Amino acid sequence: MISLAGRDILHSWGKFVFTGFGLGLLIGVTLVMAGVYRGMVDDAKALLDNSGADLWVVQQDTLGPYAEPSSLNDDLYRTILALPGVAEAANVTYLTMQVRLDERDVRSMIVGIVPGPTRGAPGWPPYLVAGRQITRGHYEAVADVATGFQLGDRIGIRRNQYTVVGLTRRMVSSGGDPMVFIPLKDAQEAQFLKDNDAIWQSRRRTATNPAFDRAGVPGLLDAVLDSQSSNNFVNAVLVRLDAGAEPDAIGAAIRRWQRLTVYTRPQMEQILVGKLIATSAKQIGMFLVILAVVSAAIVAFIIYTLTMDKIREIAVLKLIGTRNRTIAAMILQQAIALGVIGFAVGKITATYAAPLFPKYVLLMPQDSVAGFLAVLAICALASLIAIRMALRVDPAAAIGG
Amino acid sequence: MSGNGIRIEGLRKRYGSGDTAVDALKGVDMQVAPGEVVGLIGPSGSGKSTLLKCLGAVIDPSAGRMTLGDELIYDEGWRVRDLRALRRDRIGFVFQAPYLIPFLDVTDNVALLPMLAGVPNEEARSRALELLSALDVQHRARAMPTELSGGEQQRVAIARGLVNRPPVILADEPTAPLDSERAMAVIRILNEMAQRYDTAIIVVTHDEKIIPTFKRIYHIRDGVTHEEAGAGRGVE
Repeated sequence: MISLAGRDILHSWGKFVFTGFGLGLLIGVTLVMAGVYRGMVDDAKALLDNSGADLWVVQQDTLGPYAEPSSLNDDLYRTILALPGVAEAANVTYLTMQVRLDERDVRSMIVGIVPGPTRGAPGWPPYLVAGRQITRGHYEAVADVATGFQLGDRIGIRRNQYTVVGLTRRMVSSGGDPMVFIPLKDAQEAQFLKDNDAIWQSRRRTATNPAFDRAGVPGLLDAVLDSQSSNNFVNAVLVRLDAGAEPDAIGAAIRRWQRLTVYTRPQMEQILVGKLIATSAKQIGMFLVILAVVSAAIVAFIIYTLTMDKIREIAVLKLIGTRNRTIAAMILQQAIALGVIGFAVGKITATYAAPLFPKYVLLMPQDSVAGFLAVLAICALASLIAIRMALRVDPAAAIGG
Repeated sequence: MSGNGIRIEGLRKRYGSGDTAVDALKGVDMQVAPGEVVGLIGPSGSGKSTLLKCLGAVIDPSAGRMTLGDELIYDEGWRVRDLRALRRDRIGFVFQAPYLIPFLDVTDNVALLPMLAGVPNEEARSRALELLSALDVQHRARAMPTELSGGEQQRVAIARGLVNRPPVILADEPTAPLDSERAMAVIRILNEMAQRYDTAIIVVTHDEKIIPTFKRIYHIRDGVTHEEAGAGRGVE
């Protein structure tokens, strides 16, 4: 038996190809949307992977340092370092801001790390693609290549200029912003530094406060003013454990004795994926549902129209004894063929378009397989209306009268 | 092969029920022998199409009896179970317009019926080519329907009607879209095919120029048929 669907497609291939192309663009958008979600999850995991930490120690009862603000004294890491099973502990600060280069600026996540002897500590970029790591205590930076910065560029963060001495890759925030690493002290200053007018106003207020200008305590006011213009806080302490150490047990010890909140890797992943990008994921999920419905409606309309165009031929086919299942199979196969053409176009479009998107788009093979199966299911469902109509065609319609 | 051709006795068809019921056929009798071509003529609304649909096993008659070859098709409310297979294997159709399947070439348009009946593709195509040769359109075997002239399309449609060697062919206004010369050619072909394949052919027509070619004519009026001898001039 010849394939009626195949012959019809070959006969009117232009109609099928152009329709499939249009459908393919829609499928391509759907695949990219799924890729955006995967990219967000991957960015979140990359953030955790690249931090090199086994434990995140943050301010008590916060979801810091990525999902909520967290503030810790910068000497806390020493007591954590003394715990059994802790191999390394390092202060780190995170702040998202615009980093300037000449006339343009780039939204980036600034990461403050301790340079010099602690090279390779948690929080550091694990590898560079060019240049070197930060070695000086101030005004050097390592940037992700996604920032577009080059080695030797002078970038502006708040009031200071930094020289880009190294470039890294895939170091992004959970929101997809590329990271710029600078020395911890500079980051602390960038995070909490007030402008000159604000400092002057603050000093004036403090000086006029009689509580700080007491007789018999001559150095009190100066000490208070000094404390106001310095920052001894960090956002988190990243902890790397010895091989074989139990993260939950050490985390429990820190929680109990240091009165801090500690997250293990799975807990932090849950915060990032389950809380931080949950709303975005729902948004994308809604778009995926809408796109699926639109795709189904388009396929249904196209197949319905194509079937309507053949209504007389279908009546003739039924009159001369064609089985209903042969006619249904013809329509179903055409819908599936349309879906296959559309998926091929969509997959190619998504593959070539993904790198052009500003955020990371991760097209995963399992998503493509799931998408392909979904397209086939949608096309099969969409063909039901046309099949129902075709099966209701009266063979007598082929005979006049 | 075809036994007694087609025979109907007291065929009735009623549409609707109660006060609004319409009797489209009021006891039609008809018999067409194998190898015979008869005309069925009548004004609009006389019941031609209803009779054709009953003969073509598309709608069930309300009463009466119909025999196709040696097989009883309808008998006072009883009917054969699989009308679809009956239409495919035992009845050929030729329509006013050829209604060829536009996405199949000429050979496959003709071969489709035996393929639907489970005949292997090569054998079905061989049968189709044989008929196309008999109808002198074998040179267009690979052409698509849109590439054929009106006369060629109608010959291909006749080949399709004949390909399963049915005992009866129902031709519904087969010459309507054709000029006189081509219309006569179609009637000549139908006569030749009826003789060659021992097939009973019923031609429903309004076409004045072909009516004189029939040896027997059934007039239908108000749901009743009257048989009369035709001029039977045949076709030159």
